[in-house]
Amino acid sequence: MGTTASQLRKDLLSEYQELTFLTKREIILAHKRFSELLSKEDRNVPTPRVPMEKVLSLPELKSNPFRKRISHVFSTSDMKDGSLTFEDFLDLLSAFSDSATLEIKSHYAFRIFDFDDDGTLDGGDLEKLVNCLTGETDDTRLTTEEMRQLISNILEESDIDKDGTVNLSEFQHVISRSPDFVSSFKIVL
Amino acid sequence: MAHSVNFDLTADHMEAGLESPADEEGVHDSFNQLIEDQRQEALELQELQRDLDEEERDSVAYLSSPGQEIWRGSPGRGEEEGGGQLDPLLEERWSSATLKVLSSMPSRTIGRSRGAIISQYYNRTMKLRRRRQSRPSIKDFSRSARPSIRGYGMETDCMETEGVDEEGRKRDQLVNNLQNLSLSDRVRMLRAMPLSVAEKSELRRLADRKGRRSNHSQIPCCSQLKYHIIIALRHSWYSCLSFLHSLQLWQVALKRVSGRFGTGVLSYFLFVKTLLFFNIFLFLVTGLLLAVPQAVHPPTLTQGHEAFSGLELLTGGGYFSDSVMYYGYYSNSTLSKDCRVTSSSMEQQPSPSVSRRTMETDCGVKPSYNMPLAYFFTIGLAFFITCIILVYSMSKSFGQSFRIDKSHGILAMKVFCSWDFKVIKKTSVKLRSENICIQLRELLEETSRKHVQKTACQRIGRVLVHVLAWFICIGSTVACVLALYYFSEYMHKDLQYRSRIPTKDPLLKEASLLALPVVVSLINLLLPGIFNATAWMEEYDSPSVNTYIAISRNLMLKVSVLVVLCFHWLGRIASDPHSIGLQCWESFVGQELYRFLLMDFIFTILDTFFGEFLWRLFSQRVLKRKRKPVFDISRNVLELIYGQTLAWLGVLFTPLLPAVQIIKLLLLFYMKQTSVMMNCQSPRKPYRASQMSTIFITLLCCPSFLGAAVCVSYTMWSIRPSESCGPFRSLSTMFQSGKLWVKELETHNPNLAWLAWAHSYIVENPLFLFLAAGIFLIVIYFNTQVVDGQRKIISLLQEQIENEGEDKKFLITRLQAIHQQKRPLSPRRLTSQASQDSNC
Repeated sequence: MGTTASQLRKDLLSEYQELTFLTKREIILAHKRFSELLSKEDRNVPTPRVPMEKVLSLPELKSNPFRKRISHVFSTSDMKDGSLTFEDFLDLLSAFSDSATLEIKSHYAFRIFDFDDDGTLDGGDLEKLVNCLTGETDDTRLTTEEMRQLISNILEESDIDKDGTVNLSEFQHVISRSPDFVSSFKIVL
Repeated sequence: MAHSVNFDLTADHMEAGLESPADEEGVHDSFNQLIEDQRQEALELQELQRDLDEEERDSVAYLSSPGQEIWRGSPGRGEEEGGGQLDPLLEERWSSATLKVLSSMPSRTIGRSRGAIISQYYNRTMKLRRRRQSRPSIKDFSRSARPSIRGYGMETDCMETEGVDEEGRKRDQLVNNLQNLSLSDRVRMLRAMPLSVAEKSELRRLADRKGRRSNHSQIPCCSQLKYHIIIALRHSWYSCLSFLHSLQLWQVALKRVSGRFGTGVLSYFLFVKTLLFFNIFLFLVTGLLLAVPQAVHPPTLTQGHEAFSGLELLTGGGYFSDSVMYYGYYSNSTLSKDCRVTSSSMEQQPSPSVSRRTMETDCGVKPSYNMPLAYFFTIGLAFFITCIILVYSMSKSFGQSFRIDKSHGILAMKVFCSWDFKVIKKTSVKLRSENICIQLRELLEETSRKHVQKTACQRIGRVLVHVLAWFICIGSTVACVLALYYFSEYMHKDLQYRSRIPTKDPLLKEASLLALPVVVSLINLLLPGIFNATAWMEEYDSPSVNTYIAISRNLMLKVSVLVVLCFHWLGRIASDPHSIGLQCWESFVGQELYRFLLMDFIFTILDTFFGEFLWRLFSQRVLKRKRKPVFDISRNVLELIYGQTLAWLGVLFTPLLPAVQIIKLLLLFYMKQTSVMMNCQSPRKPYRASQMSTIFITLLCCPSFLGAAVCVSYTMWSIRPSESCGPFRSLSTMFQSGKLWVKELETHNPNLAWLAWAHSYIVENPLFLFLAAGIFLIVIYFNTQVVDGQRKIISLLQEQIENEGEDKKFLITRLQAIHQQKRPLSPRRLTSQASQDSNC
């Protein structure tokens, strides 16, 4: 697509390079993929938004159980509809990129797992999280009893100040002990 | 504002309380006092909050989260042992005002609110600035600059009404801080902020603008020039980085593999990549410093080239034997532009020092290249740098995967970290969910019934099975090694016999050299199968124990095979090369290593074809199984390590062996990738990728590299090199070339006498080695002590956090109590309320 709309201005490109963990090549690729998602009439809008359904149709996100949460967390839309602008999309890719720090990754992971957006992971969040992990089918779902035990065990292990929820720093504490997290919290375009 | 001051006072009182835990009553009294003082503000606060409640903002709604209530209301509530003490904050139904305060506690806002993030990073930039001590000014330490609870207090109080102002002020402060940071710090800080690009660019714009304005006013143009230069440098650095990034090998292939198999199988391919870089480095060093200079100045060969027959590709001999590939081709002369000293003339010289002297006088001061010295130092340097890289990556890997901490919390880790976001294939995602579910169930079962008591009979049976399995493994290994020993002896005798009588068919002789590599590769292929069968018989509970046992058995086999081979090369062949009619035993050993490397590769191909491709077809078509075989990561990685050991062993004798290894690794990567994509399915068992890669890099360092280095240095130090070929001919050991050079340097240039002195004391004196080892051990000891101390501090801090949590709970219950008492009351009943409060 050689149209002017799909080309990125040079100063913007270097700015994005500075503000995200992405390289020039990745940003250009991201821009290409993003422009493909845009519908024809959206291209002329100054800051076009891609609706959530379209974002989720990306093969990288399509089968991810957390796709809706990811879209919501990175969306800056006022309507909270999970639609992404190009900059939001870059934020997403930057957080999931190779060179992003553990801190950034764990911060966004926390927000993705915080289903009710209240700033802590409580029992309800953990239950939803486990359900996402184990899938929706009945044979893989944990029973209520198992779930209860699992959540109380998780809270016992990670809730350091014993207030019944896992807050960001407690979450980061758990994450910092898992060396695999950085390598698995990645999405490559 | 006053409210927040009180918070600080509370902290002081609490500290006082900690110092004298005896008068607990006093502390509590003072608390009540405080609460009374606070009454007025608290009331105002409540009024404010009540107003807000009526507005029914969504931020309150989610705190009384229905999910939480449902979960807490589930059967068996509060029965769990640990659960009881978690609850106090959740058990009661809080009034909405308390919930509001709870929700705006800094530990909870940081996860969602932008203002909290900004203020966190504000504090962080503050710290950074203090550390860097860059241009401190008075305005930096404004009243709210202290990273204390005070700032948060204000934020919580006026969250909704003054929220915007507050955020704006915080942002101004952050910008102020940012512009005082150095440029690189600022960029790094901005990049690491979990804000959206738009906000970050706004922050940067503000910081840049302010920074530039102050630059204009205060600083002369030279620093502006500096600023521009820095910007230009940064841009070129970015383009350089993105160029390097575009060079990254196999990105698409790696993405495909990880999209389907996840991190575990990916680690194998990353290991291939690491090895490839090691070999490229080795190849560059030996190629540039040895092969190219020698190829530019080819020595006169005594006999002409043999014709190319094709078998050379397998045996490495014949046509290749007198080429730049092997040790024997390298001359012992000093290569220079004008005066080339032919090696044949050197052979006649009885004493090396004399020959060297004449050479020096011949060549004078013209730039010259002393081949023996170059050979010696290139190999030494290559090994040294490889060693440093290996140790560095090993320590880094250890630091990442083994944190100093108590290792509990597996369940939380499993739930928070087990999802692999790279996996994008639908069936793999499904499989992965199933795996996670199974693992979670298993872990839960484990924690619920810690240890199931087994009967004595079962236990004895178990031990017997293990003993039997180990007996089979060790027995088969020993048998194979003995067979190898006798077979190599037989082959050696056969060679001696053949060298005495002229053979009719030289090709047959060449081909017979392939027998030993074939046997070794067969052993390497078949014995792991036996090991797997015994492991299957043993039925280990945990997959990690299973992997470790498999690794140790395979390692045992490979190490003992390599020991026998090294004895064969360095003990039998090198000690008496003439008995098998060898002019140049180093080249022969180099050829042997080439053959082994190649055979290893060929057998890997065969194994991939038969073991993976045909086995898949067989199991799917004939056995009608649905499952495909699972890629055995540890066995494949161990094979890679074995191949790399051969390559390192051979560098001394075959300087271009890394090139062969590079080609092998490249082919292997594509072959394994196709095979994995075609024939395998993602592993059923959990695989702790980073811990395993730590173990693999350790194995690569410890037995593999260290063994190769020991062998090479033994060869250099104490085995007599061939007399008629190679750079070290006419020397008693290879090491002597360095020694002679130092001596020569001393006679030519007395200023460098210290070098000779250092050489004689450091390299030749074992005392220095002992001293270095001793210092090294002491450093390790200190480090372990430091780690121990840190562990203690961690446990202390953990205790403190728990105490803080208790405090928080206490404060919140107080708040709730006050609130509940207040709500139905009218202001006139306040006085009676106060008396009640002071009583409790």
